Amino acid sequence: MSGATAVQRAPVSLAVYSMWRRELTRFWRQKSRLFGAVATPLLFWLVLGAGFGGSFSHSASATDTDYLEYFFPGTVVLAVLFTAIYSTISVIEDRQEGFLQGVMVAPVSRGGIVAGKMLGATTLAMAQGFLMLLIAPLIGIPCTLVSFAYALLALFAVAFGLSGLGLMIAWMMESTSGFHAIMNLLLMPMWLLSGAVFPLSDAHSLIKVLMYANPLTYGVSAFRAGLYHSAEAAPAPAAPLTACILVTAAFATLMVMGSIRLANRPSRNGR
Amino acid sequence: MSEWAIEVSDLTKSFNDRRALDRVALQVESEHIAALLGPNGGGKTTLFRILATLLQPDSGSARICGFDPVTAPDRVRRVVGVVFQSPSLDKKLTAAENLRHHGHLFGMRGRSLERRIGVMLERFDIDDRANDQVETLSGGLARRVEIAKGMLPGPKVLLLDEPSTGLDPVARLDLWHQLDEVRNTEDVAVLMTTHILDEAERCDRVTILDAGCVVAAGTPASLKGQVGGEVIRIDSDQPQAIVERIGQEMNLTADVVGRTVRIESPEGAGLIPKLAELLNDHVQTITLGHPTLEDVFIHQTGRSFNREREE
Repeated sequence: MSGATAVQRAPVSLAVYSMWRRELTRFWRQKSRLFGAVATPLLFWLVLGAGFGGSFSHSASATDTDYLEYFFPGTVVLAVLFTAIYSTISVIEDRQEGFLQGVMVAPVSRGGIVAGKMLGATTLAMAQGFLMLLIAPLIGIPCTLVSFAYALLALFAVAFGLSGLGLMIAWMMESTSGFHAIMNLLLMPMWLLSGAVFPLSDAHSLIKVLMYANPLTYGVSAFRAGLYHSAEAAPAPAAPLTACILVTAAFATLMVMGSIRLANRPSRNGR
Repeated sequence: MSEWAIEVSDLTKSFNDRRALDRVALQVESEHIAALLGPNGGGKTTLFRILATLLQPDSGSARICGFDPVTAPDRVRRVVGVVFQSPSLDKKLTAAENLRHHGHLFGMRGRSLERRIGVMLERFDIDDRANDQVETLSGGLARRVEIAKGMLPGPKVLLLDEPSTGLDPVARLDLWHQLDEVRNTEDVAVLMTTHILDEAERCDRVTILDAGCVVAAGTPASLKGQVGGEVIRIDSDQPQAIVERIGQEMNLTADVVGRTVRIESPEGAGLIPKLAELLNDHVQTITLGHPTLEDVFIHQTGRSFNREREE
């Protein structure tokens, strides 16, 4: 017999790698997802951007960027949000289809499984964010390699945080039927109130409070600041840039740790 | 190391008020194929999930190769291959990719993993479909990939939950061929849950589980020996009337299961002419046979095995 009988403690890194790779392979083989994740935000951008543009230009915004340009980073964040959430929510399908059962009887920490899933979702989200960023120079955002790198870094933290959030939600949900409610009541408002659609400075004071309480606000600001790093006039961030970076990093860390902890918790009913 | 591949004693598990397992005991020898037979809802899957480390019992003990699934789940996971009733393959991945992924989760990698995958694909006769996505495979082929996946890390114990569910008769036969192959080529004990009597009949040892309790255990032959002699079945519109009649006139005890009267008797064949004469008008068919595992179940519980079907 082969040496396979002497099964050693499975290294977490191998499980993380394998789960990560599976996410990528699955995504690549589901072409509709590939298309939907980029096309939907782009459609949003064109339709909403063109529609709001007129009224927006009269507002008291400090910069003279036009609305399509203002809305662009928000669109990239939306694409990242869609992909991160849709990828992690597939944990529910994994459970229903039985795939997760097979994973759960392997001698490997659940945290590793979850980490691989999150990394996979983050990678996919980043790939789409990257593709969309290539449009930035075409619409007049002055991009350099440095600003591009800063923007990607910020986007990475945002993607990781959202993947962690998505995973935590998915891990606790029984079926995908409740997912639309979560999307409409939590995730979309989170995006709408993040400064992605309108700047914090223009908002009603009550909305402002909500926006300050929203961790994504800082992510969007950090991303925007990165993107306009090389520009003369950049849109004002919601808070000092250091604070934005710190909050974004803290949010990502918290979500990742949270979902790993959640997964490592022994289940009561064996599901 | 324990001499049993699987050893369960006094295992109890309740869900709210319902007792799914009630002081269950069970042993499986290594290199045996054992069946956990019982009607749906009898507690088979609960026991399966406890042995697979996915569920914790309320009390009692279970050991797999001497390891306790409650206190040492990772050690149990390392010696157990699990094949679930619902498919656990990723349909978007190919057969080989599914095996590779599973191997990674068990810490296998590189050339030794690829070699082992090759052995499994060949043994289960799926090497020509290795690079096809699982969603394109037939139910029977997919089940083979499931078993190959369970066997990949070289487990000492293979647990299967209702392995023939959803398979057509040809695929079922094939499954048996594969399980025999597994037993002959790998040093492994197999425990399968099933509600199919013919399937249990083919195992080395059968434990019958009903309403959370073990009602009988042994080899299929010894179990059938408990029933004694032969079994006469009489199909009739008025089974109760027949039971009374033969009780009075022939001094025989019989029980009714659905529309069938069952008589267990050592002298089987000799009774048939008398019965035919006596009951003449009310009888549709009379059959005589050796006891089956279904007779064992009825003998022990007084109920038909496939209750759902009759209700």
